[in-house]
Amino acid sequence: MGYDLSMRLWRGDAEGGGLEDFTVEVSEGEVVLDAIHRVQATQAGDLAVRWNCKAGKCGSCSAEINGRPRLLCMTRLNDFEETDTITVTPLRAFPVIRDLVTDVSYNYEKAREVPAFAPTPPDADGKRRMMQVDVERGQEFRKCIECFLCQDTCHVIRDHEENKPAFAGPRFFLRYAELDMHPLDTNDRRKLAQDAAGIGMCNITKCCTEVCPEGIKITDNAIIPMKERVVDRSFDPLVWLGSKIRRRDPSDERTEVV
Amino acid sequence: MAEAETSTEYETHTYDVVVVGAGGAGLRAAIAAHDAGARTAIVCKSLLGKAHTVMAEGGIAAAMGNVWSDDGWPVHFRDTMRGGKMLNHWRMAQLHAQEAPDRVLELETWGALFDRTDDGLISQRDFGGHRFARLAHVGDRTGLEMIRTLQQRAVALGIDVFMECTVTELFKDVADDGTPRISGAFGYWRETGKFLVFEAPSIVLATGGIGKSFEVTSNSWEYTGDGHAMALRAGASLVNMEFVQFHPTGMVWPPSVRGILVTESVRGDGGVLRNSEGKRFMFDYIPEYFKSETADSEEEGDRWYTDKANNRRPPELLPRDEVARAINSEIKAGRGSPHGGIFLDIASRRDAEYIKRRLPSMYHQFKELADVDITAEPMEIGPTCHYVMGGVEVEPDSGASIVDGLFAAGEVAGGMHGANRLGGNSLSDLLVFGRRAGESAAEYATKAEQGRPHVQPELITSAEQDALAPFRIEGGGENAYTLQKHLQEQMQKLVGIIRTDEELAEAQQMLRELEDRATRLKVSGGRVYNPGWHLALDLNNMLLVSECIALAARERTESRGGHTREDFAATDESWGDVNLILTLGDDGHAVLKRQPLPQMPEDLRDLFD
Repeated sequence: MGYDLSMRLWRGDAEGGGLEDFTVEVSEGEVVLDAIHRVQATQAGDLAVRWNCKAGKCGSCSAEINGRPRLLCMTRLNDFEETDTITVTPLRAFPVIRDLVTDVSYNYEKAREVPAFAPTPPDADGKRRMMQVDVERGQEFRKCIECFLCQDTCHVIRDHEENKPAFAGPRFFLRYAELDMHPLDTNDRRKLAQDAAGIGMCNITKCCTEVCPEGIKITDNAIIPMKERVVDRSFDPLVWLGSKIRRRDPSDERTEVV
Repeated sequence: MAEAETSTEYETHTYDVVVVGAGGAGLRAAIAAHDAGARTAIVCKSLLGKAHTVMAEGGIAAAMGNVWSDDGWPVHFRDTMRGGKMLNHWRMAQLHAQEAPDRVLELETWGALFDRTDDGLISQRDFGGHRFARLAHVGDRTGLEMIRTLQQRAVALGIDVFMECTVTELFKDVADDGTPRISGAFGYWRETGKFLVFEAPSIVLATGGIGKSFEVTSNSWEYTGDGHAMALRAGASLVNMEFVQFHPTGMVWPPSVRGILVTESVRGDGGVLRNSEGKRFMFDYIPEYFKSETADSEEEGDRWYTDKANNRRPPELLPRDEVARAINSEIKAGRGSPHGGIFLDIASRRDAEYIKRRLPSMYHQFKELADVDITAEPMEIGPTCHYVMGGVEVEPDSGASIVDGLFAAGEVAGGMHGANRLGGNSLSDLLVFGRRAGESAAEYATKAEQGRPHVQPELITSAEQDALAPFRIEGGGENAYTLQKHLQEQMQKLVGIIRTDEELAEAQQMLRELEDRATRLKVSGGRVYNPGWHLALDLNNMLLVSECIALAARERTESRGGHTREDFAATDESWGDVNLILTLGDDGHAVLKRQPLPQMPEDLRDLFD
């Protein structure tokens, strides 16, 4: 059942640091976060790690396990051989605060730049009506737990700090797409998605989709449709004409926000 | 000790309203305070959007009548009071039932995408103790939807957020008329270890619960009873602290996930409980109190899902206290599952496609963490500490405590849920009373005749000394993680689901000893993001709140709701109108008194005849 696990944990701060070796007893069914907690409780009381729900619902315990962005609470030890050494390092795309904790404020700054939802007025009875099929696209995107693993893995910013001011990242393309597909929203954020959020810089390598612990098809269902909508707005007279001749495109009734 | 560890520098921030906690109640309070014109700050221990609300699964209870038009606030009110064994503050239960529908619609206005009915309205699902399908939901991740919606609203309004910042103490001064009142709060940045002082006439506590004091819990590290303890130290009172809810269905295997919540929606959507003999044992545990409204055969229970008018609800959907006790009895009788739980089976009752659509995160959670496919086999589950009914005693309409300027909302507030909370009533509680507390706090802060309070420097010095104490212990000292583990094990064993006078007395003794050891807590490392230090400070709150629970539990010599005494197994009507109130005595220990339960007016009482 139980065995001694070898771990290498990155320890340090903004000034620098390195990997430290730990051996810790683990047991059946445990996850990497359990092992880290045991190191913390018995060997290194000040080991810094973020966590909350321990059930893959809050997205706090993001880190890199053997170089791959993962949630510590959803990575089971039996995914590895008992003889394997598990190496845990902080998210590379964000500045280190201490040990496994990084400064993720970039994401909160980008969140502030997305114009809020602005709904149409409710029906006469004070309620709003939307069909399940119409809310489902947005619901997929709202499964996002803001673990920022997609942001961490996105090569536009992973090794290019200089791109950050002009690039919101996959998590926020998801947000733009969600609002754009919301049946009752009145804002048109397509220009903003292109200009300020830099969706054009994404060249759809799907790295973000691969690391999403919620299994959201970020690239296929959010980024690519959003790119198409941006293009529709800017360049496609045929689509524009088609929308005038046939049924009205709801986005024509939206107000462009910049 | 390095200079950085002892630095007493602090930054000062001035606001009208400081909201402590950024779960559903805190965010809703901050939005309300901001909308009322107050300069408002939110302070939270974790990153924004990670608070415990995110873990809520099933839904928000609100009598919107979208699915069953016979539903309305009086029915919801009645369900809530009966679920709470009539010990709820009637006025809170009334406001809650009346206002919940508007609060849910408001979330939709702010961007929430609830699941829909066939005619496009917000869908509502069945839950334990609720007469009608009443819970607005998004699959089984309703809490995530709620917190994200409120978070995005707060960000859009530009409310200041202090994340990863822990408040450790509240400050008071004395108004011109001699009345003590709130003047601010003290805290530290977890990321740097640096101190902050908030100058503010109004503070709203929205710090959630106390579950981390128990070994098996669905609660995260944050749930250390900070708000409960700070309120006591500031002179406020707590009510109903003997009532702790053990949710019937937490995961039991593997050990790493023990306690993680399995939503009540599994039962609401048709799941049943079975023992090792395959028997649906809940039919053996229907209490007299709920007999007239509970099905007495499997056939009737099964028909109820589609025909509520002519059938009564299955006993799996009794209130949580009843179900948790029944599960506990079955396990004790030797009819448990291999890993010490019992079986929760939806696989044999609903098709795989339905289960995956209605319960996607349960499917995911069991698949990923336990190698169990819930569409093909039953889950093993057992009770887990989930919620504290007790909290700061507040004035129902405003959320005001007995201390001027101090408000509380959500789980940290007491009274709303009485002896037992119904599932789904927590998220609605956060919204209804979060808003009310935020508005009242703003109103209090802007009262023209009131001079601004001042934070006295000696209070700041004292708070700093308390916060730095774990760095100053010479010699051996105690390890915070070890102490916390001991506390959790003992609270689980002695103050858990089933209690006795003897064990509660033992718990009180144990807590005194731990309290003594906690004065020698010693921290290694520095002040920058040091979880050992954070825990050392949180532990004092956990100990004080645990003391309150043990004291009140020992006093109440009956069984009711979330308080079950083996030595007083019956519900005793003479306790039916008694609240237990806790305050802090001069010696730093909890003091208990009995207080009559507020009595509801005649027109509401008629609903129960």
